[in-house]
Amino acid sequence: MQNNWPQRKPLIFIDKYLFFSLVLLSCVGLIILYSASNQNTSLILRQIVRLLIGFIIMLSIAQMNLQKIISWIPWIYLIGVILLALVLIIGDSSKGAQRWLNLGLFRFQPSELMKITLPLMLAWYIGNKPLPPTYTRLLLAIIMIVIPVVLIFKEPDLGTSLLIASSGVFVILLAGMNWRLIASFVAVIVAFIPILWFYIMHEYQQNRVLTFLNPESDPLGAGYHIIQSKIAIGSGGLYGKGWLKGTQSQLQFLPERTTDFIFAVYSEEFGLMGILFLLMIYFFILTKGLYVALHAQDSFSRLLVGSLILTFFVYIFVNISMVTGLLPVVGLPLPLISYGGTSIVTLMAGFGLIMSVHTHRRFLSY
Amino acid sequence: MTRAKLIIKDSVLENKIFGNRFLLAWSITLFMFLVIISRLFYLQIINYQHYTTLSEDNRIKVVSILPSRGLIYDRNGVLLAKNRISYSLEVIPEKVKNHLAMETMLNDLQTIITITAEDIISFKKKLTQTRSFKTVLLRQKLTENEVAKLAVQHHRFPSIKIKQNQSRFYPLGSVGGHIIGYVGRINEQELKTINKSDYLNNNYIGKIGLEKYYETELHGKTGSQHVEINVRGRIIRTLKRTPAVAGKDLYLNVDIAFQNYIEQLISKYDAAAVVAIEPKTGGILALASTPNYDPNLFVNGIDHKTYASLLNSEFRPLLNRAIRGQYPPGSTIKPMVGLAGLEYGIRTARSRTWCRGWYRLKGHKHRYRDWKRYGHGSMNLHTAIEQSCDVYFYSLAHDLGIERLHTFMNRFGFGKKTGIDLTGELSGLMPSREWKRRVRKQYWYPGETIITGIGQGFMLATPLQLAVATATLSNRGTIRQPKIVFGMDDEKIGEMVIIQSSNLDVSIDLKQEYFWDSAIGGMKAVVHGKRGSARKIAKKSKYRFAGKTGTAQVISIKQNERYDAKKLAKKYHDHSLFIAFAPLNNPEIALSIIVENGGSGSKTAAPLAKKILDYYLLNTLSVYLSTKN
Repeated sequence: MQNNWPQRKPLIFIDKYLFFSLVLLSCVGLIILYSASNQNTSLILRQIVRLLIGFIIMLSIAQMNLQKIISWIPWIYLIGVILLALVLIIGDSSKGAQRWLNLGLFRFQPSELMKITLPLMLAWYIGNKPLPPTYTRLLLAIIMIVIPVVLIFKEPDLGTSLLIASSGVFVILLAGMNWRLIASFVAVIVAFIPILWFYIMHEYQQNRVLTFLNPESDPLGAGYHIIQSKIAIGSGGLYGKGWLKGTQSQLQFLPERTTDFIFAVYSEEFGLMGILFLLMIYFFILTKGLYVALHAQDSFSRLLVGSLILTFFVYIFVNISMVTGLLPVVGLPLPLISYGGTSIVTLMAGFGLIMSVHTHRRFLSY
Repeated sequence: MTRAKLIIKDSVLENKIFGNRFLLAWSITLFMFLVIISRLFYLQIINYQHYTTLSEDNRIKVVSILPSRGLIYDRNGVLLAKNRISYSLEVIPEKVKNHLAMETMLNDLQTIITITAEDIISFKKKLTQTRSFKTVLLRQKLTENEVAKLAVQHHRFPSIKIKQNQSRFYPLGSVGGHIIGYVGRINEQELKTINKSDYLNNNYIGKIGLEKYYETELHGKTGSQHVEINVRGRIIRTLKRTPAVAGKDLYLNVDIAFQNYIEQLISKYDAAAVVAIEPKTGGILALASTPNYDPNLFVNGIDHKTYASLLNSEFRPLLNRAIRGQYPPGSTIKPMVGLAGLEYGIRTARSRTWCRGWYRLKGHKHRYRDWKRYGHGSMNLHTAIEQSCDVYFYSLAHDLGIERLHTFMNRFGFGKKTGIDLTGELSGLMPSREWKRRVRKQYWYPGETIITGIGQGFMLATPLQLAVATATLSNRGTIRQPKIVFGMDDEKIGEMVIIQSSNLDVSIDLKQEYFWDSAIGGMKAVVHGKRGSARKIAKKSKYRFAGKTGTAQVISIKQNERYDAKKLAKKYHDHSLFIAFAPLNNPEIALSIIVENGGSGSKTAAPLAKKILDYYLLNTLSVYLSTKN
């Protein structure tokens, strides 16, 4: 047994399958971003810089042994919550939402930090005791989820708050929460929807849902995005119109081309075949992530990796569903393809954690 | 021990839980991916055509290329309708760097051409409402001089553009206005009938007159340009281009100088109309209706006040009396009625009727009076036409009966449209038993036949119908459909296409050819005979011609009263009519005249006719013949 294990620590901890599929994904992203941005090279350069930073962060985190920082986790979580509260008090606002914290040198979105912190916190909290968790722990875990989710929702940022909520919920679900309990929770949430609609949701959020239900009701206003996006995707057909040849995107009929709606550009230019290729990469990463989680050697790592990878899936699913008109327009980017800084860094940090779990497992002692 | 056991058990349980949950999670994600793929399959494969169409609609716009409208010339090549090009100065805002540069440019431009403060105000207002790559109007109606100045200085102002605009213009104003008609902005109703793709970006359509009748030919074919645009409407490139086909130029039979002469001549009357036809061809030499109006008023939208004043004017200048005025033709139809008598064998040319000043149906008391109180005495066809004896025609009409009268007059075109190439022609009325039963729901009375014999009663005719009937008479039965347009210049084949009448072979064949001589002889005597009703006008005439007076009653006069113009309001005065053709043996012109409430035919219409014939035969035609030889 002992002989099968490597004799010494590797120089660099890296999962090459995960690494190369992420590189491939980033390349696909850059190619389509070049088209979506109307060949804006400076924008591409900025994105390349971000990706590089993201990869560096990922690899740095991958070198870290999580067991050594495990005791910091509650404190990180606490700082995260405090920062979120600060955002609401002194944050910078843009586009009607208060999401940014100005730290002098750079602006920073605490909600992004929470995307990593919450899975860490919950995985630690639930994973350090035998599973399945007791009701008391479950209740406390739910409180831990609700606090940041509500704070982010208040900014308001529906997309991120739903994403973070789901990352927390994934931990609980993976931890083996009783099915009957899950069912009753679902029932509670369903009952909660009218309250959410009438008392909590902002008008623009309600509008998004209404437009989603009937985009043609407002073809020039709120429904414009969805209509144009569906036209772009549908007219792509099986093989697409070709790179740089998508009329919907090149002639700028499609709004938010480089960010939330980049999938529509991709679909228009590369068609269903291109999409299948992209989805295969995503699915490979997903399967690989779940594999890593399943083979992790302790509950904390499993729950953490499982939650991170499933959240990654939620990104993909929500973004594509929204662009194809299956879900209302919720501002979520397509991971590693959409243009945008913070989300890439957070995402890569998450993959760093996954890699760390995977590559360090052999050196964990029983 | 217990604790260790517990942990091991937990570890097994945990592995089981994890295994199950991860498998479930993986299955759910797989399922979700399949949902996404099926959604995309639905959008990209099943609805591919639908979305491709929408995408093409988004990016491709059709820009129309306007054809230039065909011009209209008279028979001598005088331009009657043209397209006036006006130039306007426009600015492309995006080519001006900033606000300051715009101000300097406006100042500099003002040193070259005049730009008023109002121009600048309206320019700045439009500036804020237009996309920056679209031109904004700065000044309209640049003079040629200003255009030249700007062209020279163009390098200094890269952001300006001199734009050409076409608008219809009728250089002669009201002359021939009733014939030419006018174009105007397309209205809702027209929008329903036209082929919209042919009128893209074109706001003008023929509304009346030739402009309407020949709309298709004059309009030409709109070309198109398929362009790719982006979301802001900027043209990226041209995909396809179909050039416009210019409209055809029209050449008329009308001689505009002659037309002008007639219009001047009749303009002193409140309301009158003249139609002159070339009998051999059916070509309309002149078609005048007074009062008239300037068609240029309508081209760019007439203001409400002017329109109301035209519409409410007592003598209705917008009414083209030549084709839409329906009058009792009076005695002008007597030659045709006389022909009916010969044709049906009711009378011979020598048959005599005693005129004692009135006619009475057997068993009736009512007297149908002759215009000559004590009668003309013994009348045959010739003298009856010459002196316009009413009693002869009362008696003849009675013997013919309304049905035969109706049938025969119908052959001369009464009661039906002539088919002239103008819109809005009315058909007049040639009454019959059947007509009265159908329209009036009444029986036909014998007395009504009698007055129909002298063109009174129900019978109505347009000046055009009278002129056509006169031309037919002068042609001895050959009917020529009246035509305003002689030919069209077709750019494609590079030559003029002459418009053929559709019913050239229709003619009136009488049993005996000499019947025509009898009728025409009577008409000749009208002007040249000793007792001719219009003998005064032919004194010292350089040519011989034929005519017939007509005096149409507007109201009926009671049995024991006499017509006295002085006692009646002007609008109840008799209409004055005259028909004529000349020269007698080789007719070059046939005409009809009506002067509303103008009194007797011999007094008003006949002298006018002589002047018109003189002008045409001695002036126009001689010049024409001399240039030809």
